[in-house]
Amino acid sequence: MPLLEFTSKGIYCKQADVYLDPWRGVDKALISHGHSDHARWGSKRYITHHTNVPILQHRLGKVVVTGKKYKETFRINGVQFSFHPAGHVPGSSQIRAEYKGEVWVFTGDYKTQLDGISTPYEPVHCHTFITESTFGLPVFRWEDPTKIHQQINQWWAANQAEQTCSLLMGYSLGKVQRLLKHLDPSIGKIYTHGATEQMTEVLRPFIDFPKTELITPATSKKVLEGNLVLAPPAVMGSAWMKKLGRVSTGYASGWIAFRGARRRRAVDRAFVLSDHADWEGLLSAIKATGCENVITTHGYTELFAQYLNEHGWNARTQKTQYASETEEILSAE
Amino acid sequence: MRRFAALIETLDGTNKTTKKVAALTQYFKKAPKVDALWAVALLSHRRPSRPVTTTLMRTWAAELTKLPEWLFEESYHIVGDLAETIALLVQKEGTASPPSLKDCIEEIIALKPKTEEEKKQYILHQWKTLSHLERFVFNKILTGGFRIGVSQKLMTRALSKAVHVDETILAHRLMGQWSPQTTTFDQLLLHPNPEDQISQPYPFFLAYPVEEASFFSKENVEDWHIEHKWDGMRAQLILRKGKHFLWSRGEELITDKFPELNVLTDQLPSGTVIDGELIPFKDNCIGNFQDLQKRMGRKTVTQKLQKDIPIVLMAYDLLELEGQDLRSQPLRKRQQLLDRLLKEYPTAPIMLSEVYQFTDWEQVRREREKASEKRSEGLMIKHKEAPYGVGRKKGIWWKWKSDPKSIDAVLTYAMRGHGRRTNLYTDYTFALWNEGELVTFAKAYSGLTDVEIKKLDQFVKQNTLDRFGPVRQVNPELVFEIAFEGIAPSSRHKSGIAVRFPRISRWRHDKKIEQANSLEDLKQLLQ
Repeated sequence: MPLLEFTSKGIYCKQADVYLDPWRGVDKALISHGHSDHARWGSKRYITHHTNVPILQHRLGKVVVTGKKYKETFRINGVQFSFHPAGHVPGSSQIRAEYKGEVWVFTGDYKTQLDGISTPYEPVHCHTFITESTFGLPVFRWEDPTKIHQQINQWWAANQAEQTCSLLMGYSLGKVQRLLKHLDPSIGKIYTHGATEQMTEVLRPFIDFPKTELITPATSKKVLEGNLVLAPPAVMGSAWMKKLGRVSTGYASGWIAFRGARRRRAVDRAFVLSDHADWEGLLSAIKATGCENVITTHGYTELFAQYLNEHGWNARTQKTQYASETEEILSAE
Repeated sequence: MRRFAALIETLDGTNKTTKKVAALTQYFKKAPKVDALWAVALLSHRRPSRPVTTTLMRTWAAELTKLPEWLFEESYHIVGDLAETIALLVQKEGTASPPSLKDCIEEIIALKPKTEEEKKQYILHQWKTLSHLERFVFNKILTGGFRIGVSQKLMTRALSKAVHVDETILAHRLMGQWSPQTTTFDQLLLHPNPEDQISQPYPFFLAYPVEEASFFSKENVEDWHIEHKWDGMRAQLILRKGKHFLWSRGEELITDKFPELNVLTDQLPSGTVIDGELIPFKDNCIGNFQDLQKRMGRKTVTQKLQKDIPIVLMAYDLLELEGQDLRSQPLRKRQQLLDRLLKEYPTAPIMLSEVYQFTDWEQVRREREKASEKRSEGLMIKHKEAPYGVGRKKGIWWKWKSDPKSIDAVLTYAMRGHGRRTNLYTDYTFALWNEGELVTFAKAYSGLTDVEIKKLDQFVKQNTLDRFGPVRQVNPELVFEIAFEGIAPSSRHKSGIAVRFPRISRWRHDKKIEQANSLEDLKQLLQ
């Protein structure tokens, strides 16, 4: 019997009777991170990394949730569990499970790049590695993020010079805070959409961010001129956006690595910045675990597994309900 | 080339027309003229002929990137653009100074007669030394198809701002066949020699679909010429200095495809340019579009083909007479002159498209209903006093097509799109019932909203039965109303029927697949 199995409710550890990132309500759920496709409503008890506790409470309301430190081990019916940094968003963790000397790691989502707000990814030795493969194609390779942040600040400064408001969009948990962390507040003031502001507030106790100001119906177009607004992608083209006055639109995502996707988005500036590992990132992470078996869960799962099989791993694909193939689920957050 | 690549990046990075025009203008002002001329050529779809097949490029790219060929192919299907796929996969950021645009293109042209090994060496060298963006542009020049959201009109506008020559004059100078290899920037755009230009066509004037809701209540029918909209191939016939030239709307010289028009040089006076439609015409009857396609499809036009499918020019406008450009004259006047001219030469293989004058729009509506009887696609509505314009311009020429035919069909396959639709399943195959089975009858790409495309993309990804490279077979579950213009029997299609311009007119959420139409229903529409 495998230590972790894939059931209709989610990834299940039978020995410990717990689920990892289940997509249905269960008794006990270990949660990798706060994104809505991984931390779902309806379970009786949640166990996750400390940082995720307020995130889960913010998103799921009154839930019973216990926080753990990174690498803190705990036992459930003989199975030893621990959370390890995944570098995806603040609080994101790989979940390690060990039973009778056999080690499995479930990554949730991760990236090997440093983002300045999440605890950096750490490889964990294991026998079986359950990995995301959102960008598991060799065409995905991320540029040095410091370069992207520079471009963003340059874009903002150029808009500032033309007294145009910069509307910078990214999803509410992780991406927006990553953007905020690297904005240069000497250029101007930073305003936020409600969804952005709330999530950033939740994370402020853990991370030092520049000051932001929430946009309210009283905020005039005049005060926004030359300043920057952070918002979720869903505002693109909305009535809310029209109230901002003259804007230059910017969107940060890994999904716009292709020209076609950029054109489809129809934003003025597209910044390729992802919180998932790129092709090289995935391969280096897998190598670093020393694993023999790989299970790909979401993204370009089949192609990635096929490549791994040709290169000496025992790899297969498992269907899950984590956001994959399409950016829309993520950007709907 | 670096400057041109930067231009492409700027054009790609904005969807605001003013910014695009500004970037292009800046480029045309600053770039060396030899490069600027090549840029004009590329942006008006005049590219050097392809020195290598894309198959070779794919093989070489897979080899260079040390990726298995299947993974390279999959990547290509997902990115949806070969030039971009190679640019992304060859992970090198060359810092060496790239060749100028002119030199680069001339090197590509010089490549054509070389051996495969020499070609490979050159292309691999470029891939390894160029930066990501330059590599993309280089591949685009190699593979052709420079579609970057810049229309010829936009390019001409920018060029006009850069060289201070009127836009319509430039549009005319840019028409026809020219190559930066045989002309210069100044010669082509600033000081053209009329002697060199006897074959040069005028820019075609194009119509917009009529805005039915407002047009008829607003406009007085007596201000308008009504004609049938002929279902053939738009063409411009030029007779100058004892020679004749026939141009398609895509600015291709098609004189050789229609030898029956050769007699015109004897029958019509030099210094004449006629705008019209090439249509099959046999035994006093207008043929159908498929016949015309048969003629266009053949490399050589045999006597037999000319006899089986004779072609005439259905003339509807006169752009030049006795060497004088008539385009600024009102349509009424041009039409009179055309009428008079053709009456003088009754034996020429040219017919005059009849002009109708009605006293109320109801009569026009009734005439439109005769479209299939008269073998037209509907009507053209042209303002009597209007000059002949350049390109598509609203308000002067309208097309009022016949209502399309439609049929409810089942979605059976989907393929990933290209360009703006990269990585979305947007190319669909539809089937109709035939003896309890679904038989493919048409492919359609257009007609859905962006929101519907996203929903359908999700459906395809979640309901895949089988994969064939970029194509997915899906659960037959969804019904769509497919509209189309023409319909004809076809031995090339599995269904035995070919439809023209199929597109999705509605997603029939209300229908189950059992309620979709049958092949028999489609055949009924053949009449």
